[in-house]
Amino acid sequence: MDRFLYLTFDGLSRGAVYAAFALALVLIWRAARIVNFAQGAMAVAAVYVAYSVTNATGSYWLGFVAAIVFGLLLGVVVEKTVMRFVDHSSPLNGVVVALGLVLIVQGVLGILYGNEYRPVETPFRRDAFEVGGIALLSRYDVFVFAAVGAVVVALSLLFTRTAVGLRMRAAAFAPDVSRLLGVPVGGMLTLGWALAAAVGSLAGMLVVPTELGLHPTAMDVVFVSAFTAAVVGGLDSPIGAVTGGLIVGLLLSYVSGYLGATVAPMAVLLLLVVVLLGKPGGLFSSSKARLA
Amino acid sequence: MTDVKEEKQTAPAVPEIVRKRKRIWPVVPILIGALLIVILTYTLPPFRNYQLATVGAYFTVTAGLTVLTGLNGQLSLGHGALMATGAYTFALSQNKWLNAPVSFVAAILVTTLAGVVIGLAAARLRGPYLAGLTLAVAVVVPSVTSTFDETFNSDMGLSVALDPPPGTIPMERWQAWLCWAGALVTALLLATLVRGRFGRDLRAVRDDETAARLAGVNIARTQVLAFVVSAACAGLAGALFAVLAQSVSPGAFPLTLSLFLVMAIVIGGLGRLVGALLGAVLLVALPTLAQQAGERSGSQHLEGNLALVVFGVVLVVVMLAAPGGLASIRFTTIFRRNR
Repeated sequence: MDRFLYLTFDGLSRGAVYAAFALALVLIWRAARIVNFAQGAMAVAAVYVAYSVTNATGSYWLGFVAAIVFGLLLGVVVEKTVMRFVDHSSPLNGVVVALGLVLIVQGVLGILYGNEYRPVETPFRRDAFEVGGIALLSRYDVFVFAAVGAVVVALSLLFTRTAVGLRMRAAAFAPDVSRLLGVPVGGMLTLGWALAAAVGSLAGMLVVPTELGLHPTAMDVVFVSAFTAAVVGGLDSPIGAVTGGLIVGLLLSYVSGYLGATVAPMAVLLLLVVVLLGKPGGLFSSSKARLA
Repeated sequence: MTDVKEEKQTAPAVPEIVRKRKRIWPVVPILIGALLIVILTYTLPPFRNYQLATVGAYFTVTAGLTVLTGLNGQLSLGHGALMATGAYTFALSQNKWLNAPVSFVAAILVTTLAGVVIGLAAARLRGPYLAGLTLAVAVVVPSVTSTFDETFNSDMGLSVALDPPPGTIPMERWQAWLCWAGALVTALLLATLVRGRFGRDLRAVRDDETAARLAGVNIARTQVLAFVVSAACAGLAGALFAVLAQSVSPGAFPLTLSLFLVMAIVIGGLGRLVGALLGAVLLVALPTLAQQAGERSGSQHLEGNLALVVFGVVLVVVMLAAPGGLASIRFTTIFRRNR
């Protein structure tokens, strides 16, 4: 029972990160009908920026801010220079272009930093608090929950309470009508990419220290988990992304806790297959989206 | 490199209807190709022969992927994993029976079976969903090998027992012959298959599913079959890779391999076997060139990574300028999409 409780909390903490990452995927999918397969690579780039800044200044938080800012800028650059020009007549085109970006980002990171694993520090200790003799949460887990929670709240406030959020939703939902009404649709798309990339960077900052360490391909497996989370929730739904993230986190935690860490990626694959074939629309979406 | 030009002549860039009448029976270019390979293997130094063999092995898988992605419109990022399936099956069978023909057949059969399973799922999925599922398949390879480490020996992989080449043929020449025999037979079978009814069904499903269904094409069966055919090619290619490296390990089949394969067929021109051949040549030539550039600059970090960047840039540029591959470049498309 102790172990089960510990694994549950551990899974929720992992799941929060996947939720943030899945949220970034959902943001772009809603705005542009593209699954950003380069999300993981872009997040790794941001973590490398944080690594450099932290090493240069000695401050974790300066690096943290640098990663988020870099993520915002990278999102703008990627949208403005590449993604805007993708031919949408076939859904494959967006995917292939994103894969090209993956190769570019991983190659550039490899050239700049080399291909070895680098340990990354965490701002808080990772040993768990004990409540009644049971190890539950670490300070770092609390930090993860707080950071992801803040992002979820901020995004939902942005989309439901502000004029910019309304314009973004309008631009994604009916681009032509929005343009007639004076909404700068292209600008909203850029903003969507910037926000998504920043959220992705945050997720990268949170997840890299808990995985193997920093490496150009560090996020490949994380991306698959986050994609699964987004699909579980339905690519259209932010609430679905958060729920899906927590489900995937719990699954990964239980599987690695009870069956062994090497089985975990296979469990994610299995979950993805079951969801795609069984409930193709995800838990929070209509199945129509699947044909896009 | 000469064989590229040779095959190009058989498929000039003219409209489809005109081209069909002029098409030569695929056996002719294949025989010319085989003759060229034999001549090349006797004139080239051993290392070049090894590279030639690698081109053949890559061509085996890119040809199959061209049929799947180019003609049927299903994007697979999991072909690296299918190659790993073929390679591991070949290695296990070789180490047990040391009978190369049996091992090749086993590799193709097992991978075909894997292709049936993934293909059945793939036929129900579209676009990014299919890409995501196959990506998950590609990423899972290392964890499979370490979970069943008694069979697959984790990250260390297996060494492949091989009979020495018959007579006094040097190893590299023998490898080139094996790889190109596989590649040319694959190309012949695929070219024949694609010219018939199956090829028309593939294209019909890719272009308009509803219309194809109305015309009596069984969509699901066509898609599954396309996946199975390309999986069989990947299995053979994986076995050839095992012959080339004489070992198999998860490190030989990383996610980037799958991405490289997609890149090769996109750059070569989607849906044409000549494109697949061009892509296979690029897959061997570009990393070599990038490595030489890296050695000249004296930076170890450039090695390999420069090739990644070049591949990525080429992929993005080709996709933006000419989504139909290099054969269909229209520079106006670049500016038309500006919002």
